[in-house]
Amino acid sequence: MSEAILKIRDLKVNYGGIEAVKGISFDVPAGEIVTLIGANGAGKSSTLRAISGIVKPAGGSIELLGEHIEGKNPTDIVKMGITLVPEGRKIFPDLSVKENLRVGAYLRKDNIEDDINWVYDLFPRLKERSWQAGGTLSGGEQQMLAVGRALMSRPKVIMMDEPSLGLAPIVVRGIFDIIREINRQGMTILLIEQNANMALKTAHKGYVMETGSITMSGTGLELLADESVKAAYLGT
Amino acid sequence: MSEFFAANLPYILSGISVGGQYALIAIGYTMVYGILRLINFAHGDVFMVAGLVMIYMTASLPMYISIPIVLVATVVLGFIIERVAYKPLRSSPRMSVMISAIGVSYLLQNCALYFTGGLPQPYPAIPFLSDSITVFGATTKMVTVITPVLTFILVVALVLLINHTKIGMAMRAVSKDFETSQLMGIKINSVISATFIIGSALAAIGSLLYFTNYASVNPMSGSLPGLRAFVAAVFGGIGSIPGAVIGAFIIGICENIIKGAGWTAFSDAFTFVLLIVILMVKPTGIFGEKATDKV
Repeated sequence: MSEAILKIRDLKVNYGGIEAVKGISFDVPAGEIVTLIGANGAGKSSTLRAISGIVKPAGGSIELLGEHIEGKNPTDIVKMGITLVPEGRKIFPDLSVKENLRVGAYLRKDNIEDDINWVYDLFPRLKERSWQAGGTLSGGEQQMLAVGRALMSRPKVIMMDEPSLGLAPIVVRGIFDIIREINRQGMTILLIEQNANMALKTAHKGYVMETGSITMSGTGLELLADESVKAAYLGT
Repeated sequence: MSEFFAANLPYILSGISVGGQYALIAIGYTMVYGILRLINFAHGDVFMVAGLVMIYMTASLPMYISIPIVLVATVVLGFIIERVAYKPLRSSPRMSVMISAIGVSYLLQNCALYFTGGLPQPYPAIPFLSDSITVFGATTKMVTVITPVLTFILVVALVLLINHTKIGMAMRAVSKDFETSQLMGIKINSVISATFIIGSALAAIGSLLYFTNYASVNPMSGSLPGLRAFVAAVFGGIGSIPGAVIGAFIIGICENIIKGAGWTAFSDAFTFVLLIVILMVKPTGIFGEKATDKV
């Protein structure tokens, strides 16, 4: 197993006195896809929001390549190489597709044209719609744009919050193909999903979250085969 | 028609001029609203303070030094107001920030009252702007002609800034979604400060043009032009820059034609009746945001 690029130790997140995340620990190894699965309210989104700096953790540590990032502001965390594709895509509806990509590279001072072309190669649909306002895209295209926008900061780790949410099954398969493709190109991915089936098939390693704690872990295939995971999350 | 035009030419001219001055104030209201969803009630008083700073500076300094000082001081004031009175309330309910804005408005008026002793302070004549000029047979001050031209240039520059620069793109992003903008690495506090700086700078320029037409500045001098500019911003669709500018010109021209008809006492009544009618008939204004908030 390769070296962990992101190390989470005993992470706690509170929301208005409620413990949303109750001290979880996990590693994201370089070049792998790690997934957190679990039901609504298990604390998955809170975990990603704490890593991205949107909320301050109540305790524990988050290390990126050995450097502590817990409690830093979102700008510094993006600069250090972690981006979040937020739940519900959250593309900027009034900005054009190209501007959405430019905003993703907001902190970069170097030339970003090559990266825009790289994203357009990954998502040819976006290239066709380059000048359209982001809000006019379909749900699947918006998800592509959200992923492309996150890639524009040249992250070391890309985190995705429910990329399959609200998309048709065929579109979901397309999104997961893209996740595998950017991983094949070397990107480390932390993925959280309610679509446990797709997520576990795609991921190298999976963790199951329940009410703020990690209750199970294993490779994607191990978890897929596990009886209790099957019963709780796969509906088989 | 042409008779009406000929008879009202001086009023139309001064209406266009006053409209341009209102536009420069209205942009500050509309930009701040666009980003913070806050009606910055202190904006009209910032405009008044710019007038007073000009008076105190020209008392001892030459014009070419005083004018840059007015611009810088107004920008610094706008920046400080945001940092001290609005930023700490960023996660408070919108109503709290608005009350804070009303507080700042009164604070500025009272400080002005203290410094001026409540006496109207004579506004200096700015060379060139105060010179007389004859346009189509109507004699007026140079500022009447300069204002619409300068307003146009500044608005075009601002629109270019917002649509074609990185900070402009960040402003558009932040105005839609704070949290996602943060995830892109945008420092929202810097973007908000930039908005206040631009709004205050335009208000300072507006004050130089506006007060040139008046003999003096007193602590209440900012409140009515501020309110009229606010109505203009609502009329045009608050949050929209072109809307605020067009609204300001319409209000400026109507106001002056009403004055020309001998109904001076009703010119403000017209403005505020217009506000009420807009709020009833088309609350989003001419260019207001069409989309409702998604939940």
